Amino acid sequence: MSQERVIIVGGGLAGLAAAVRIAEDGVPVDLFSMVPVKRSHSVCAQGGINACNEVARQQGYSEYQHFDETLYGGDYLADQNPVLEMTNWAPKIIDLLDRMGVPFNRTPEQNRDLRLFGGSLFKRTHFAGATTGQQLLYALDEQTRRFEAEGRITKHEFWEFLWPVTVGEGEDKRCVGITAQDMRTMQIRSFRGGAVVMATGGCGLIFGKSTNSVICTGGAASRCYQDGAWYANGEMIQVHPTAIPGADKLRLMSESARGEGGRVWVPRKKGDTRKATDIPEPERLYFLEEKYPDYGNLVPRDIASREIFDICVNQGMGVSGQNQVYLDLSHMDPDYLTRKLGGILEIYEKFVGDDPRHTPMRIFPGVHYSMGGMWTTYTPGSYEPRARHGVHNPGDAAPVDTEVGRGMELGAHNNMMTNISGLYAFGEVNFAFHGATRLGANALLSCIFDGLFSGVSVANYVRDGAPKSDPTSELDQGVFDRVTAQEQSKMERLLASGVGDSDPTDPTHNPYAIGHELGVEMTAASTVVKTGPRLEQCLTKLDELTERYQGVRLSDGSMWTNQTLSYARAVGDMLILARVIAQGGLLRKESRGSHYRTDYPDRDDPNFMKTTIGRFNPDGTCSIEFKPVRADLVEARARTYGGSSKSKKSEPRQETVATS
Amino acid sequence: MAIAYAHESTADQRRANRTRAVEGRTVLCRVRRCDGPGKAGRWESFKVPVEPGMNVIACLKHIAQNPVTVDGNTTTPVVYDAGCLEEVCGACTMLINGMARQSCSCLIDEYAPLEGDTITLEPMTKFPVIRDLWVDRARLFQSLTRVKAWVPIDGTYALGAGPKESPEVQQDRYDMSECMSCGCCLEACPQFTIEPDEASWDTSFIGAHAISQARLFNGHATGKELKNDRLDELMNPGGVSECGNAQNCVKVCPKGVPLTESIATIGRQVTIRSFTRFFSGK
Repeated sequence: MSQERVIIVGGGLAGLAAAVRIAEDGVPVDLFSMVPVKRSHSVCAQGGINACNEVARQQGYSEYQHFDETLYGGDYLADQNPVLEMTNWAPKIIDLLDRMGVPFNRTPEQNRDLRLFGGSLFKRTHFAGATTGQQLLYALDEQTRRFEAEGRITKHEFWEFLWPVTVGEGEDKRCVGITAQDMRTMQIRSFRGGAVVMATGGCGLIFGKSTNSVICTGGAASRCYQDGAWYANGEMIQVHPTAIPGADKLRLMSESARGEGGRVWVPRKKGDTRKATDIPEPERLYFLEEKYPDYGNLVPRDIASREIFDICVNQGMGVSGQNQVYLDLSHMDPDYLTRKLGGILEIYEKFVGDDPRHTPMRIFPGVHYSMGGMWTTYTPGSYEPRARHGVHNPGDAAPVDTEVGRGMELGAHNNMMTNISGLYAFGEVNFAFHGATRLGANALLSCIFDGLFSGVSVANYVRDGAPKSDPTSELDQGVFDRVTAQEQSKMERLLASGVGDSDPTDPTHNPYAIGHELGVEMTAASTVVKTGPRLEQCLTKLDELTERYQGVRLSDGSMWTNQTLSYARAVGDMLILARVIAQGGLLRKESRGSHYRTDYPDRDDPNFMKTTIGRFNPDGTCSIEFKPVRADLVEARARTYGGSSKSKKSEPRQETVATS
Repeated sequence: MAIAYAHESTADQRRANRTRAVEGRTVLCRVRRCDGPGKAGRWESFKVPVEPGMNVIACLKHIAQNPVTVDGNTTTPVVYDAGCLEEVCGACTMLINGMARQSCSCLIDEYAPLEGDTITLEPMTKFPVIRDLWVDRARLFQSLTRVKAWVPIDGTYALGAGPKESPEVQQDRYDMSECMSCGCCLEACPQFTIEPDEASWDTSFIGAHAISQARLFNGHATGKELKNDRLDELMNPGGVSECGNAQNCVKVCPKGVPLTESIATIGRQVTIRSFTRFFSGK
C-alpha cells in the first residue's frame, strides 16, 4: 500500500501554511495552484496581522479581548469557539513568522513595531512595511520551496481545480481526490488524495471589479458546492471603504492609511469646486470623526463604507459631485509617511498620478472580502464559560485568571472539515471566523491559523481516519475516471459552442460580456445597501444571464493554453454562486455587519443570529436554511462603536459601488 | 517638449505625456502573437477606445470581449499572464514598447497620449513563450532553490520569537524582500540568455534577483546558517562572477531592489569564502 497523500488546492497563505504543517508531519502533499504560489492573491494584503502582544497586554489587552473584538466586529454571526482558538494562537503565529524571517517593522529597541487598526482601541497590529501580506506569503513560499527541494511537497502550478472526486452519499459522502486541468496543455486528469484541503480564497470577480486578483472567481468553491458541499453566509460580503477606482479593478488603499492618522472628509459646501488643499479646515466635514468620536476614522469597514456611501449617494456631497471622498494624509510628516506607508502611497501615485503626501487621495468603497464561504465544523475545546464572564468589557482582565482555555480541540479530525468527510476549507473560502464583518488585519491571521492549527487535523485524519481503513490508493480507478470524463465532456461542449460562426462581439452569448453584466448587477444589488425588491430583481437578472450562458460562445476553440475556456467555465460557476449570495441576502430579513437592508434596518437576534446555509439542488436552484450560531462564551451586545443608532431612515436608493 | 514614445522615455517624460493625454481617443494596440511553442509568431493590431486611467490590462480585456483586428478579421482573445493588477505579484510582466515592465501599472496615457498612437506589446524574450504574451518563468523560481532562499527554521511549533533586529537592518532586508520574481532584471541583463533546456539551468547565469535573495538570507541571523551553501553555489558556473556589470538590472527593477549593491556584497562574500575554503579546506 502506498502512503496516502494530501491534496491542497490553492497556494495563498492558508494553502501554504497547511502544506508546510502537513508535510512537516511526514504526510506527502500535492499542492495545486492556478498561478505560481508566490503570485497568489495574499500578496495584496497590505496593513498587517493582529495579535495580542506584550505592550498591549500591559495596557489591559488580552487574547480574550482580541476574541471579543472579533465577535463584536463580526456582529456575533461567527461560532465563538473557533474565534477563541484563533485569537489564542495569534501571538504564537507572529513569533513563528518572525522566526521565518518576515521583516516586521522594528522599534529603536529592536522590538516588533505595532500600529492601530480598525475595531480596536489598542495597538495590536504587526506589519512589514505596507506589504505585509506579500511578506508573509513570501516567508511561507520559502518554507514550501525548502520542503519541495526535500521532496516532501509536490507543486502543480498552472493547474486549475475542476471538480472534487467523492464516493458515497449523504453523511457517508467522502472526498477522495480531485480532477484538475493543466492550463497550458489543457490535459484533464484526476488525482488521488486521502484528504483534500480547499484554500482557494474569495469570489470578488462575481462583483466584476473588486480589490481581488483576477483569479478570485469563487469557481472552485462553487464547484464543491455543486457537488454537495454547503455554502454558508454567502451574503456577507465586505466592501472596503477605501479603494481607488480604476478601469480594470479597484485597488485597495489600506486601512493602515487611517491607522497612521489618515482623515476622511468632504467639503462642507455641496459642489465646492476648489482644490482640496485650498479648502480651509473649518470648511471640511470630517463626517466619521463627528459621528463616531471614540473610533473616528477607524470604525469597522462596513460602517465606514455605509457612511461614505450615504454622504455621496444619498446626500450628494461627494467630491466634485462624484462618488468619491477624500482620504487625507497631507497634514502629516512626509518622511514618516514614506517610512510607514511607502508601498501603498506609491501604488496610489503610480495609478492615479497624485502624491498622497501632499494631495488628499480620492477614494470610494469597493468589494474586498467574502466572510461567507464553504461551511465547516469543528470539535469544541476545553473552555467552560462562566456566567460571571458572560459580558466582557474592553479592558477587563481575561476570565479564569490568564488561562482562557481551548476553543477547539487540537488535532480533532473534523476541525474545518466541510459536510463532506475528508474535504476541508481553509482561509477566505472557509466561512468560520469573521461573522458578518471581518476586522482589518484579521484575515492574514485566520488564513495562517487555519493552515497551522487545522493542518494537524488533516494529517491525523489521513493517518487514523477513513483513509486508514479504506485507502484511496486502493479505490477503483473508475471512481476517478468518471469525474475526468465529466469534465472532459464539459470542456468539449464549451469548445464546440460555435466558435467563429457568429459575431464574436455580440454580447448575448459572449462570456466576457455575461461576466461583466453579472458584476454590475451584483455590485448594484448586493453590496453596501440592499433591499428585498432589488434583490428579487437581481435574482431575475441572474435567471436571464443563466439562460444566455446556456448558449455561451467561445471566441477561442484552441486546445492549447485556452484562457477563454477557463474563464467561460468559471462564469457558469460564478452565476451559480451569485444566486446563493443574492438569495441569502433576500431571506436574511435584518441588518447585521456588512449586510444592511434598508427595509429591515435592525439586527434581529431571535430570528437571525443564525448561519445561512445554502444547499445546491440538481435543477440549479438553491435551498437556504438558517442554523443557530454556537454562542455560549460571550453575550451578544449592540454593535454601535459609540455612535448613534445604526438604523438610518434614508430612502432606499441603488447605486453601483464604483462604476463598472 | 515632444511626446516621448521611445522605450528610453523617462518617468518625467511619461508624466508629462499624461498631462497631455487626449480624452475620448482611440489607440492602436499592436500585439505579438504566437499560438504555442515552436509556432511562428505574427503581429495583430486592435483599435481600442481609451478611458481616463486605463492601463494595458484594460486594453487586453477590451480585446478579449471584442476580438476583431483593425483589418476586420475575427481572431482569438490575447493570452497573457496576470494576477493582482497592483504591481505586487509580478505576473503580468511583458515588453511594452520594447521595455520589460508590468502591464497593470502601465497607463495608456503615459505611452499613447494622442489619437491614433500605437502601443506595442510583446512577450519577454528571455523565457520560452507558452502562448502570445505568456512566457514560462519556471527557471526563475528554480534559481531560488539553487541559492536556498529560505530561513532554516526548526519547525512550526511554538519556539518563541525570532532574532531581534535593528530598524536599519529590517529596512535593508525589506527592500530586498520586495522582489516579486517578475523577471525584468533578467530580461534586461546581457549575460542572462534564454535556456529552453532545463538540464542547463543549474550552470547558466543565475541573474540579479537570485543573487539579491542570497544576500537577503545571508543577512538574517538564522538564515546565515546556510550562507556557505549559498556562496558555494554562487561560486560555481552560472554564479556571481558571470555578471558583466552592465547595471541594467537595477535600472529596470520596478520595486527599486538594490540589485547592484547585492551583487557587489555577494561578490565580496564569495571572495572571502573562496579564501577560507582554500586555506581551511571546508
